[in-house]
Amino acid sequence: MTPTTGIGAPVRRKEDHRFITGKGNYTDDINREGQTHAFFVRSPHAHATIRKIDTKAALKMPGVVGILTGADLAADKVGGLICGWMIHSKDGSPMKAGAHPALADGKVRYVGDHVAVVIAETYAQAKDAAEKVIVDYATLPAVAELATCTAKGVASIHDVSADNVVFDWHLGDKAATDAAFKKAKHITRLDLVNNRLVPNAMEPRAAIGDYDSGEDAFTLYTTSQNPHVARLILSAFIGIAPEHKLRVIAPDVGGGFGSKIYVYAEETVCVWAAKKVGRPVKWVADRTEEFLSVAHGRDHMTHAEMAMDEGGKILAVRVKTRANLGAYLSTFASAVPTYLYAPLLSGQYDIPAIYAEVEAVYTNTAPVDAYRGAGRPEATFVVERLMEVAARQLGQDPAKFRMKNFISKWPHQTPVIMMYDAGDYSGTMKQALKLADVAGFGKRKRESAKAGKLRGLGYSAYIEACGIAPSAAVGSLGAGVGLWESAEVRVNPVGTVEVLTGSHSHGQGHETTFAQLVAGRLGIPIDQVAIVHGDTDKVQMGMGTYGSRSGAVGMSAIVKALDKVEAKAKKVAALCMEAAEADIDFKDGRFSVKGTDKSMAFGEVALQAYVAHKFTGEQLEPGLKEGAFYDPTNFTFPAGVHICEVEIDPETGVTKVAKWTAIDDFGTIINPMIVEGQVHGGIAQGIGQALHESTIYDKNGQLLTASFMDYGMPRADDLPSYALGFNSTPAPSNPLGIKGCGEAGAIAAPPAVINAITDALGHEDIAMPATPQAVWKAAQKTIKTMAAE
Amino acid sequence: MSTASMTVNGKAVSGTIEPRTLLVQFLRDNLRLTGTHVGCDTSQCGACVVHVDGKAIKSCTVLAMSCEGASITTIEGLAKGGVLHPMQEAFREHHGLQCGYCTPGMIMAAIDIVNRKGSSLDEHTIREELEGNICRCTGYHNIVKAVEAGAAAMGKTPHKMAAE
Repeated sequence: MTPTTGIGAPVRRKEDHRFITGKGNYTDDINREGQTHAFFVRSPHAHATIRKIDTKAALKMPGVVGILTGADLAADKVGGLICGWMIHSKDGSPMKAGAHPALADGKVRYVGDHVAVVIAETYAQAKDAAEKVIVDYATLPAVAELATCTAKGVASIHDVSADNVVFDWHLGDKAATDAAFKKAKHITRLDLVNNRLVPNAMEPRAAIGDYDSGEDAFTLYTTSQNPHVARLILSAFIGIAPEHKLRVIAPDVGGGFGSKIYVYAEETVCVWAAKKVGRPVKWVADRTEEFLSVAHGRDHMTHAEMAMDEGGKILAVRVKTRANLGAYLSTFASAVPTYLYAPLLSGQYDIPAIYAEVEAVYTNTAPVDAYRGAGRPEATFVVERLMEVAARQLGQDPAKFRMKNFISKWPHQTPVIMMYDAGDYSGTMKQALKLADVAGFGKRKRESAKAGKLRGLGYSAYIEACGIAPSAAVGSLGAGVGLWESAEVRVNPVGTVEVLTGSHSHGQGHETTFAQLVAGRLGIPIDQVAIVHGDTDKVQMGMGTYGSRSGAVGMSAIVKALDKVEAKAKKVAALCMEAAEADIDFKDGRFSVKGTDKSMAFGEVALQAYVAHKFTGEQLEPGLKEGAFYDPTNFTFPAGVHICEVEIDPETGVTKVAKWTAIDDFGTIINPMIVEGQVHGGIAQGIGQALHESTIYDKNGQLLTASFMDYGMPRADDLPSYALGFNSTPAPSNPLGIKGCGEAGAIAAPPAVINAITDALGHEDIAMPATPQAVWKAAQKTIKTMAAE
Repeated sequence: MSTASMTVNGKAVSGTIEPRTLLVQFLRDNLRLTGTHVGCDTSQCGACVVHVDGKAIKSCTVLAMSCEGASITTIEGLAKGGVLHPMQEAFREHHGLQCGYCTPGMIMAAIDIVNRKGSSLDEHTIREELEGNICRCTGYHNIVKAVEAGAAAMGKTPHKMAAE
């Protein structure tokens, strides 16, 4: 029987009522008594020194409350923004982290960099006054191009790195890899660009800083995926206030996709400025500001090689990547092209030797950090392009070529850190081939050809490392924090339950899925469970939501707390029913005494725990509330096969995604409706990357794609509907067997699309995004070849 | 400063505003109807869609003063007496939302599509008609399903839609 509200049921979301009735509570919906509005003066230059900032005229503008600059920040000894993951170069030297003040300290390093903040009675007044702030810049040569940013004679962006290299890192066994390449019968080589993306959550970032002089305490309302991490950084590193004097609230957050993990200049300034001006300070980004200053994603250039024997068995993979980190190191920027990237270069394949080199660089562009998938889409693009091209070069069927190289036994230790613990890669591929009707593709291709269209089919057999992450493991790799999660289960005297979680929901539906777990476990109606998150005054500590970790890690913490609640409740029940604790069973919401007809409902036991009449203080502590921290023992490894079928019109270059099939292994699924929704959204972002989204800086470092008029956000009429299926093998490393689903689509999709397009074109000469213009050009080559044949 | 007067969700309202105030600012800042959202500054995303005299408009692109005397319906005005509008219900039933930020604009736009195109909508029409509303979470798959179902439900209910 399908459960109605427990694990596995497609429960309709509890949070939806407020969103569909306009009662959501996003940061911009919050207004504090006496609040002022901030507008940032941003650099119009990609690289310049600031000779002088003249605020005299601006200060006289109507409604201006104050104007603050980097000098004020420095005077107050406010620390700079940090990068929380230390990477060491091949030679053992630490990464070269340039200073990152929240307001410029004499130099600006990208267009949109923060120069000053104008605080006024209204937003319009702050914006008007910002026009009157006169900044005298001495421009420096802009270093905007990834390919040339380390060339001799190029300007240095930070003094700590004369050649603009942040680190030159590697992973894997170089000697073994080189030896494998020497004995290879076939080598596939590819040069790939993983295009830079702007996350563009629909809710632009926003913050309100509030200072209570009576308590000498701050409150920050902010669009964050991890308010506790924000509090930790703002307290321990930036020095706004000690943690017990700083409350961070992340209310409803309108999408994140990674971009709201980080501590940014704007929220730092708002919370600091609230004390300076003695009134709450509110800032809301407009979309162009968001384009200019949110952390971007991807932006890799890679040369990749794969060595094979005569039959097409993979011997080794060798990768050299240059990763653009932008003008400053964002909060987790250094982890993305290193430990979130290279350990995934084994894909789903049995590859004996892998060697990856990553050179991370500064450019005069916005900081780059994790965006949905974070490193894993870049790795998957490399691996799955190599697989497809190698199969074509060897004249083998791409699906069979993959299956021949799939890992078939678990656990499997890859040569690049990861120990894959469960999966069924061949089974997933077979299921996908069937659902996609690959057998009927030839017929569909002929029909397309009759209509003058080019049809192609592309595969992507992705893997990701999620459930981030075992704390000691990531600590040994350079992380500055542990990546456990916390939970507290508070049972009220009437048997209703509040669950406080360190995870944060910004679209994932935790208020429903977490409640499904609790309701199912305690045998109570789901309406009696409330999920509390996003407030550091309510939830003691947490690491937040990213890296598809909320199920595998966040819910595991709830399971641990529920174990403790059940154990305590059994003690209460035993004392109430005058039975031995070992004789108490708990099932379907009732505690019963073995071999008798005596039983108590969960709510009755909860009441007795608080009334405390049936036991003494010596026997048992009253109350029913338990907390737990859960630290995972391994990453989880969601994996799957996505198959994309495209139809290209060579006359217009328009690529239509004609068919999309996905079979995913996410382990245990709590709510299939929500999981499918996550997959849909991920695929859409992946198709966006492959076909539409392009972030273009000109040679002067001006962002040419800084609005929805210029940047190709996928729209409803750009995308297909998707056919999804699951082939679940539970994750052995956590109590629920969850692997995670949030990033899969974005990781799987880009190579599937490009593999389909190149299949249709009959050549590999196309880069992302494959816009109509690019595809039209590429199709001309195809038409010429076809004519010659 | 000028005075703007209009009917919002069936109630007469007025406010003293700067002439440059946009309708969305009037709704959000003066009336504290924060269900209508701002997702861009170029009239592209549709998070701000409301109905003015029965037609969907992007409230970030119209001055409040130009709506003098008009009848406005926002997301807050759709449910009647605690009963959700069929399009609201369809978005929940078909998981047509995740973070919820684009949702009010999507629902208001979807009702307008039905008002213009009828209650029997195919996928192609819905996708074309939603071109002015951007969602980053759902990949539109479930929004399309929700609009189709919501449209059909609107066709069956006597309830005159969108509270014009």
